[in-house]
Amino acid sequence: MSLVQIMFYVMSFVMLASALFVAFTKNLVRSIFMFFITLFALAGLYVLALADFVAITQIVIYVGGILVLILFAFMLSGKETLNTIMQQRKQFISLKNVPAFLFSALFLIVLINMIAKVDANNLYWIKKSVAMKNNIQPDAAMTENIGVNLMTNYLLPFEAVSILLMIALIGAAHLSRKEDSQ
Amino acid sequence: MISLTDFLVVSAALFCIGLYMIISKHNAIQILIGIELMLNAAILNLVAFGKFDRFNNGGQMFALFAIVLAAATTAVALAIILNVYKQYKTIDPGKVDRLKD
Repeated sequence: MSLVQIMFYVMSFVMLASALFVAFTKNLVRSIFMFFITLFALAGLYVLALADFVAITQIVIYVGGILVLILFAFMLSGKETLNTIMQQRKQFISLKNVPAFLFSALFLIVLINMIAKVDANNLYWIKKSVAMKNNIQPDAAMTENIGVNLMTNYLLPFEAVSILLMIALIGAAHLSRKEDSQ
Repeated sequence: MISLTDFLVVSAALFCIGLYMIISKHNAIQILIGIELMLNAAILNLVAFGKFDRFNNGGQMFALFAIVLAAATTAVALAIILNVYKQYKTIDPGKVDRLKD
């Protein structure tokens, strides 16, 4: 077992454990802060999948942007938010949550079954890409290639995403403005 | 090296945790966190398969697009949640059952 594999298992254990904590804890603030850890461990997994630029983007946008936004919304939405959560869950899994738990566990079983059937390592196009040396080597620097591709092959999705971001910005500002009383 | 199946299993588990959160929680912010977990599971798959596309970078590129889309979604969803809180004084989606007028 190589060091990379050990790192992978440690990272995925941390990620899944903190995600489970997020799902099952009673304290909303603590679950938001554990969500930080989930996202950091996911960034580590991206690095292990040889996508360093995506990992940095994950840290900058998710940890720096989205989590601060979620915390902000939580702070702004007052005490009643907390009260409703506190009343609901006294036990670890209350009886009301059993159907949800069963549904997601069964869905996990279905997914695992499907993954075992697909056998992704022996897919045709993956074998072809390994044979043609089209897979990323661990010592490759991919950021420059991503930049070039972004401005050539993927220019249309890039522009579409930028327009959508502007729409979302205007929409969010419009939604959260003060109603003027008339 | 790490095999693709490992990545797929980890992201399937993450997806199911997100699914559980979406179904069982009574708080819009926690449901939003569940959606983020599911999106991250999808991005993990994109990145894992993107390892086999060195010249075009299809997987990594669309992982980047998905991250940006998730950011936009979250901003709008949080604005909506704040408005709902102002209107109903609760953010339990089960209790938001009246129209504006």
